[in-house]
Amino acid sequence: MKALRLERSLPRLALARAAGALRPGGGARAGALRLVDMEPPALPGAGWVQVRPRLAGICGSDLATVDATASPWFEPVISFPFVPGHEIVGELDDGRRVVVEPVLGCDARAIRPRCPACEQGDLGRCRNIAFGHLRPGLQTGYCADTGGGWSLALAAHESQLHPVPGTMTDEAAVMVEPAACAIRGALRTGAGPADVVAVVGAGTLGLVVVAALDRWVRPARILVGAKHPVQRRLARELGATDVVEPPALVRAVRRATGSLAVGGGGGQGEAHGVAGVRLTGGADVVVDCVGSATSLAQALAVARPGGRIVMVGMPGTVTVDLTPLWQREVELVGAYAYGTEEHPGRRTFDLAFELAAEADLGRLVSAAYPLARSTDALAHAADAGSRGATKIVFDLRAEKGRDRL
Amino acid sequence: MSPRPGFVLEVDRSTPPTLFHHGEGFRLERLPVGSRIVYPPEALPVLDDIDGAIRHALLHPVDNDPLPALLHPGMRLTIAFDDISLPLPPMRRPDVRQRVIEAVLDLAAEAGVDDVHLIAALALHRRMTEAELRHAVGDRVYDAFAPRGLLYNFDAEDPDNLAFLGETESGEEVEISKRAAESDLLVYVNINLVAMDGGHKSTATGLASYRSLRHHHNVRTMQHSRSFMDQHRSELHSSNWRMGDVIRRAGVKIFQIETTLNNDTFPKPFDFLQKREWEWSLRDRASYLGAAKALERAPARLARSVFQSVLAPHNLTGINAGEVEAVHRLTTAKVYEQQLVEVEGQADILTMGLPYICPYNVNSVMNPILVMCLGLGYFFNLYRNRPLVREGGVLIMSHPTRWEFHPVHHPSYIDFFEELLAETTDPLELEKTYEQSFAEDEWYRHLYRTSYAYHGVHPFYMWYWGAHALQHLGSVIVVGGDARAVRRLGFKPATTLADALEMAGDVVGPDPTLTHFHNPPIMIADVV
Repeated sequence: MKALRLERSLPRLALARAAGALRPGGGARAGALRLVDMEPPALPGAGWVQVRPRLAGICGSDLATVDATASPWFEPVISFPFVPGHEIVGELDDGRRVVVEPVLGCDARAIRPRCPACEQGDLGRCRNIAFGHLRPGLQTGYCADTGGGWSLALAAHESQLHPVPGTMTDEAAVMVEPAACAIRGALRTGAGPADVVAVVGAGTLGLVVVAALDRWVRPARILVGAKHPVQRRLARELGATDVVEPPALVRAVRRATGSLAVGGGGGQGEAHGVAGVRLTGGADVVVDCVGSATSLAQALAVARPGGRIVMVGMPGTVTVDLTPLWQREVELVGAYAYGTEEHPGRRTFDLAFELAAEADLGRLVSAAYPLARSTDALAHAADAGSRGATKIVFDLRAEKGRDRL
Repeated sequence: MSPRPGFVLEVDRSTPPTLFHHGEGFRLERLPVGSRIVYPPEALPVLDDIDGAIRHALLHPVDNDPLPALLHPGMRLTIAFDDISLPLPPMRRPDVRQRVIEAVLDLAAEAGVDDVHLIAALALHRRMTEAELRHAVGDRVYDAFAPRGLLYNFDAEDPDNLAFLGETESGEEVEISKRAAESDLLVYVNINLVAMDGGHKSTATGLASYRSLRHHHNVRTMQHSRSFMDQHRSELHSSNWRMGDVIRRAGVKIFQIETTLNNDTFPKPFDFLQKREWEWSLRDRASYLGAAKALERAPARLARSVFQSVLAPHNLTGINAGEVEAVHRLTTAKVYEQQLVEVEGQADILTMGLPYICPYNVNSVMNPILVMCLGLGYFFNLYRNRPLVREGGVLIMSHPTRWEFHPVHHPSYIDFFEELLAETTDPLELEKTYEQSFAEDEWYRHLYRTSYAYHGVHPFYMWYWGAHALQHLGSVIVVGGDARAVRRLGFKPATTLADALEMAGDVVGPDPTLTHFHNPPIMIADVV
């Protein structure tokens, strides 16, 4: 079968890193990701089934992986070679459509007793992602044994499968996994109806965080820093109360919260970024949906004393001045993956299905590519906002050989 | 030889290229044959004996007792004066305010008045710096009063120093400087650069708080002022006059001193800017070429500092003192004498070159909102009877319109431009949804009171200033502006005048009529 496979080739990873540094997504052309003809992954054991992907999304962590810029933190919890792709809507042999919940936790790894996190349904915090009868892999799409969404077939454990309602389009269904991540982030804010929440970044994650905040948190204000016109439009449609260009977010938060500012005078080159401006107050919660040094610095600049920053975007290695975190006693919390949400006490994926349908998240899918055009697809994903796009996916439905599997 | 009046030139094949101001630079443009160019009158002669004329005005006021008769020991005297927004460009020393204030103070001293305050009547404008105050009132006055806290900027956000005087019959609240309201005599020293200035507006606006100003600095007033330079058809004027009545009935005694300047705006080497192009001498042409090339190559910051250091040679053409309304009638007549030009009929397209300065960026940056205000607020409204451009017509302005703000002077402008105009450019929507939050923003309030920032609500007023033009025009095109900034204003960018005319044709149709408003200096078109 055809698949895009990432191999552990140090020279190629180095090339990918160089190409990715020049242009995000450039690692696809120069690096270790290759279109190969390979055998479908063998089913690892009882309870495993073959899933034939229909659509598979490209997310920021995929781009970091392809460009070899992802944090070395992940090295012990992934296994090469692997087929990327963890945002997946596929179908089973009997034709039923499913969304794959990609975390490879205790159930998928046949580990008993389950770890405390899995026992509580908090899959994203599983302690056994490198153990059991599978090779290491925190998710489908990072594990050598399971395959991933950027292929014609993968292996999935029945605990990972969520049936897709007949009324839901593939485009909406492929948004369920990123929606689950975003919902996790939104609910980790702990925000209430009187709070002001700032969202840094309005790519797919940022936009869906806005939708989730609007659906379950309903804070007084949702301010979004969005770089591109299409992002600003969607942010408004999905529930943001205030949408500004990223450099203006500090000033917008200042206004929304009635804060004063000290230093910098509030002028261009200062208030536009974060240097020189210190808000006396700020947002109750900031959701960083980018994960860069710049975005984290901005999050720190706009969080109020005693506020909270939820990091939803995958950060990697960043250099940032943490003095405000210390001096203003700001909480910095991560929001990775999904599980069971304490409030409202339901599986994140179930909430994600609801959100995908109610907020019409299928509209965020902007373009679909065949596997053979992976370099174009990844370049498009890397430049999505500036090209008026949001989510880029691989469309496997018409791939040759798919029906023979 | 007496100065020549303004006139309207019809462009033919022999007409030389026309000078357009373009921020801190110029453009020479060939206007289509058949276009009309409105030229301002030449400068009126300056009074021969300025100090004598000032003293004469104080001793022989209109409809009022002579100033010495109003002064007595033990009284409280307040002298308010126009702020940095007047005149434009700032005038050479001695500023006319200094001359008038010194004359008033001499009379006060002779009368034994020792409780005197001097207040820069800046309303919601930024505070004047020490250097700016010194320039306006002179070192002698500054050194005598400022160190003792007797010369200061008005603070419209100081609740302890505001006095509520009542409401007009239209329900407009009148709240002004408490010191001015409670003085035995308020002497207001004005400079009338345009017909809108002066009269009751001096006190009712210059010394008023937001509570008062919001009643006339709003979209409805601006849309019903056709134009606000014509007091007979200006709702802005009417509202200020109603407030003036409240001030009078509250017992505030005002001795109004109004001055008019001629339009001798630019000194050498920029004096060619106010000449008619076909009368340029060889030296003028050389000056133009030298200046244009040098400015083209100079960094924007340098070009700005060159122009911001220009001090105008304009000087006093008239001074009247006494009762507010009587004085203002005389002042307005003098302003019209200097500025009025009769123009027959409206055009499909109005063109204008916008200079580097407007009332709100002296020693500062002409940001995009001020570009809008200067073009659609001030220049568009410099008419009597009818606008120079027909309803549904096109305004073409030439200005670099950089996405650039003075961080200290215009902090709320940045938010207005970057946040609000990204949402809407509709003045009514901006007023309804956002004005109050900006007006009451504590940070803006803090910067207005303690730094040198325009009040938080000020960018709204700038936008409202253009509300009548926005309602009237079919399209606005900016030539040579930063395209992103121009679009943010809701206007269309064009690289050249030819492109702009092509674009305008889509709105007004083929073979449009065109009128060019040639400035500087300032003029008022009487469109009949």
